[in-house]
Amino acid sequence: MEIYTGQRPSVFKLFGKFMRKGLYRILTQGPIPTHLAFILDGNRRFAKKHKMNEAEGYKAGYLALLKTLTYCYELGVRYVTIYAFSIDNFRRQPQEVQCVMNLMMEKIEEIIVEESIMNAYDVGVRIVGNLKLLDEPIRIAAEKIMRATANNSRFVLLIAIAYSSTDEIVHAVEESSKDKLNSNEVCNNGIEAEQEFKEANGTGNSVIPVQKTESYSGINLVDLEKNTYVNPYPDVLIRTSGLSRLSNYLLWQTSNCILYSPFALWPEIGLGHLVWTVMDFQRHHSYLKKHKEYLK
Amino acid sequence: MDLKPGAGGQRVNRFVDPISYHFLQFLWRTLHLLVSLWYLQVSMVQMIEGFLISSGLVKRYGALDIDKVRYLAIVVDSEEAYQISKVIQLLKWVEDMGVKHLCLYDSKGVLKTNKKTIMESLNNAMPFEEAVEKDVLLDQKQMTVEFASSSDGKEAITRAANVLFMKYLKYAKTGVGKEEPCFTEDQMDEALKAIGYKGPEPDLLLIYGPVRCHLGFSPWRLRYTEMVHMGPLRYMNLGSLKKAIHRFTTVQQNYGT
Repeated sequence: MEIYTGQRPSVFKLFGKFMRKGLYRILTQGPIPTHLAFILDGNRRFAKKHKMNEAEGYKAGYLALLKTLTYCYELGVRYVTIYAFSIDNFRRQPQEVQCVMNLMMEKIEEIIVEESIMNAYDVGVRIVGNLKLLDEPIRIAAEKIMRATANNSRFVLLIAIAYSSTDEIVHAVEESSKDKLNSNEVCNNGIEAEQEFKEANGTGNSVIPVQKTESYSGINLVDLEKNTYVNPYPDVLIRTSGLSRLSNYLLWQTSNCILYSPFALWPEIGLGHLVWTVMDFQRHHSYLKKHKEYLK
Repeated sequence: MDLKPGAGGQRVNRFVDPISYHFLQFLWRTLHLLVSLWYLQVSMVQMIEGFLISSGLVKRYGALDIDKVRYLAIVVDSEEAYQISKVIQLLKWVEDMGVKHLCLYDSKGVLKTNKKTIMESLNNAMPFEEAVEKDVLLDQKQMTVEFASSSDGKEAITRAANVLFMKYLKYAKTGVGKEEPCFTEDQMDEALKAIGYKGPEPDLLLIYGPVRCHLGFSPWRLRYTEMVHMGPLRYMNLGSLKKAIHRFTTVQQNYGT
């Protein structure tokens, strides 16, 4: 799969592709992760290490992303989620924030232009996060690319922009509340929810009087899970640069997810890291499957 | 370790092409054998290093700046959590190192069930709920221990969601407040505290089990928590614990900025 070149691949590239295919034939003797999540950490440190400016560091990171997505597609991974920009990142220097936004805008527009290739390879793009925090042009572009690739499902790329897990959880609570208001179901859950509210307030005085015909059913775990931005949940989360924290990313979705932290900076990530990820996943697949059944 | 063939993308049909199938299976298992040998070698090195640190032969880990670990969480695989004597030994090491606030988690609640036994074995520890009730959380004389399981994670958040929903309904009925539900993270924090979930976010989370995975620890409390995989509980040693804490004290957080 070559997304962005119209040139005839060289002999080395063809040989590389052939070797990769052989490697995939071996790896696919075991289970392959359905969903991989990435935290693209280390672009600025890469730029510093190679005496580049930050914009060049981010561009190197973008090339590494394309390579990684190609390998994931070839291997048969169905979903990839990348943490492109967190809500906390808005606190960075304005010039840096603008640089990242400009790069994202440029790349989203490129994808829109290459829409036919995306459709040919059945690749879907979903932008997830609190999009209201983005400027209008980038928000419009994001909505356009999502509409254009909405029916593509062989490989889905979820790009988390203006995203944080805690914001996602609060959003899920809001959406679940709206769903409950709209459905206006009457059931015992409403009484349990009222009880929680009574306990939380310490007194019954401030509670809405219970009238069965008007009470709403409470929010269930299933409601919240349905309203999270990222679904299905990832099998492995890879954070480059050797850091071992989630930084408010996919906290809800990683209860049953392997966390892998290679020391490589994001632009240095390669096929070897992906192979290692798959091997690790295969080693622990049945343990995680059992744990997932328990958590249900 | 699971080496059962899965539903991979391009599996060779063993009936159509048995030679290719068996050859690929051989290569796959050989690859996994090499990976297992690598992990075995790494474990042996870590055990030797752990022994050297425990014996005080590696000076670097002698003095730990334990104050940087304001709240430590330990996640234990539920099957391994039945080794209560090992858990107690681990907690005694943590207590001796001077950790003041600790959260013990396993997804099935095995540690919660053995809470009494564990607390009685510690010299100078107090349950977290008691410390909150007596308002002595800032008291540095005793270690507080919180016990958690998967019901204190997503299910707790669901209960807090219902508190927010009911508050919204109340305001909606009185005509005061916004048309659509609109909550903030601070309100979610308050709702969790109101229903009894007052535990703070751990600075460091140590995972004792076969997989590097937090196994359902409360999602609301993991935003910037450093997670370190310590390996199976049966291979735990004081040296590895000291090394993990020492490494944490040298980490710099930029919180996304």
